[in-house]
Amino acid sequence: MATSSRNRFRSDPQLVARMGITMFLIGALYVGVVAALFATGINLGFILVIAGVLLFVQYYFSDKMALYGMGGRIVTPEEAPELHGIVDRLCALSNTPKPRVAIADTDIPNAFATGRNPKHAVVCATTGIMRRLDTQELEGVLSHELSHVAHRDVAVMTFASFLGMAAGLFTRMALYSGFFFGGGGDDDDNNNGAAAFFLILLVSMVVYALSFILTRTLSRYRELSADRSGALLTGRPSALASALQKVTGDMSRIPTRDLRAAEPFNAFFFTPALANGVSISSLFSTHPSLEKRLAQLAKISAELGQPV
Amino acid sequence: MGLLDTILGRSKPVKPDLDDLFALPSAAITLQAAGNLLPTGVGSVCVKPAEGGAFAGLREQINQLLAMNGGKYDETTDSFGFTWIVRRGDAGDLAGLVADLHGVNATLTDAGFGPALLCTLVTFTDSQAPTVGLVYLYKRGTWYPFAPTGQDKRDNARELQVRAYLGDELKIEPDLSRWFPVWGAPGL
Repeated sequence: MATSSRNRFRSDPQLVARMGITMFLIGALYVGVVAALFATGINLGFILVIAGVLLFVQYYFSDKMALYGMGGRIVTPEEAPELHGIVDRLCALSNTPKPRVAIADTDIPNAFATGRNPKHAVVCATTGIMRRLDTQELEGVLSHELSHVAHRDVAVMTFASFLGMAAGLFTRMALYSGFFFGGGGDDDDNNNGAAAFFLILLVSMVVYALSFILTRTLSRYRELSADRSGALLTGRPSALASALQKVTGDMSRIPTRDLRAAEPFNAFFFTPALANGVSISSLFSTHPSLEKRLAQLAKISAELGQPV
Repeated sequence: MGLLDTILGRSKPVKPDLDDLFALPSAAITLQAAGNLLPTGVGSVCVKPAEGGAFAGLREQINQLLAMNGGKYDETTDSFGFTWIVRRGDAGDLAGLVADLHGVNATLTDAGFGPALLCTLVTFTDSQAPTVGLVYLYKRGTWYPFAPTGQDKRDNARELQVRAYLGDELKIEPDLSRWFPVWGAPGL
């Protein structure tokens, strides 16, 4: 043993680069929109304020909202010793504060973590996932969720989706009532006003579309990143891979009604709840494909097998 | 964890802090004087075994290391899949116990498995009440007492008492929510 401490944990430069570029593009979109607003003198402050307030509420109460939406209940260590035991150990391994632990009484096999910061985080598992997975697999899943907490994904995704939300809000309001536009042109010529209105509408739709694609892309990278750091923490990528296979197989078999109720919470789910036969283009999905996730985990597993 | 790690994903694992382990022998004297608690001679290291060939090879290495010391060591796996490397030695020789446990830690750390270290547990007893464990958290470099009294029950009053005894001797974990229970750990 010549070196004092060697590092078996490698970050994936490609993934980091892709995530960085996506975040840069979102930032560039922000700058572009703000610059355009300044240059044209259009005052959309109220839209930004409304969007900001909505998102802040969502961000600030993310833990309560998600728990309420999923019917999750905070449990004590006495009520769920196994779940608490796994979370305790994972937190001690990664030196993070322990989040609250909740159980949602539903047979949908899933788990999620929310909360605006690690101190206000909640990690929740459904009874369905606890029934289907063994301890090692459940540990893999919870490790993935705790990575979301450590990566502050609620904050990152809230910030990333702000512009898209504002643009979407504006587009919708503009479409329903054409009465609040402009502030730009001084002359109250009807033609000019209408043209400006449609231009703004077009631009906000483009901004919305761009922002939508970018945030979805970012979300997929965040999932891969959480898979990676979760698997490295437990040192068992194969357990996470097997959990993914079990859960995604089951996920497509659940009835549509339950799924529709669950869909707003997809963003921080372990696997997205999708109705059977629904195929969304990979560009629009919040989670990477199962093949992609399994391929990454297989790669990590191979890395762990190599002698250092 | 820095801001960059938060934004771009955790890339660096938490390194273990092994220093405060060596404060135990002198703390044990205080514990005996103040609380009439004596070391049992049992200590253990808890690690999360990673998958793959490298760790299997390492385990072989640990086993050899352990066998050399006259079979004082054995190994158990708990229900969470964590491996406990247990050393049962002479109750009077706490310094030797700590040195041996440190040897196990160093072997694991040198092979790049430092992040897999969960905790070290050393047990104490006063012949009347049940055994009390002192748990060392590698990632925090802190200690906390753990006094189980039966199935999923722990004696918090006794734990706080032990904390009071050792407050000046050891770095006690200030965040009580991190005093997680290690039910069924070897020696308890």
